[in-house]
Amino acid sequence: MKFSLKSSVKNGLAVMALALVLPACVTINIYFPAAAAEKAADKLIDDIWQLKNSEKANPAEPVPVSPAK
Amino acid sequence: MKKILFGLLVIAGLLSNQLALAAADLELNTPAISALKGSMQQRHGQLAGFYASGAVGLTRDGLIAVKEASAVALKDRQSLNSLVASENNDRNALYKEIAIANGHAEWEAEIRSTFAQRWVQKAQSGWWYQDANGWAKR
Repeated sequence: MKFSLKSSVKNGLAVMALALVLPACVTINIYFPAAAAEKAADKLIDDIWQLKNSEKANPAEPVPVSPAK
Repeated sequence: MKKILFGLLVIAGLLSNQLALAAADLELNTPAISALKGSMQQRHGQLAGFYASGAVGLTRDGLIAVKEASAVALKDRQSLNSLVASENNDRNALYKEIAIANGHAEWEAEIRSTFAQRWVQKAQSGWWYQDANGWAKR
């Protein structure tokens, strides 16, 4: 009697732990980190368009670059 | 047995927390991404004037397109087309490489749409971009 109560408590704990941990694992597999992606995009775009330097040096008009003719 | 199982679950929980923390920033520091970035940075010198003149605009799918070919002299249109094609190759590769670098190749489409929005947000005024209704000006 005592043993079965104990083991059912243990079972309950194990089930609860599973219930907490499994969704966390699933979430990590399917979750797209939108904020991190936005940050990454901003960083790369700043580098590619060289926005950081030109914004600091001249916020209104970045260095004009004429197209190759 | 139960104790071992529980211990494993705790470890799994801790590991998944680690993964969640690692996901706070996307990995961008790979040779492939750096190479694409460098190539696009260099090409931007040639493209900037075309963005400003409206010859080229930003598309909804994170690429660029010739919007107004007549803004460019006839003799230069072929080189403009190949410039746009090279840029789009790099952009497609960039979205794919970011997804792969972060261990989720299936994120490519979402990374692309994130970039599509950010390119437009960061575009200079006067540049053209595509939205649901067609071309619009920043």
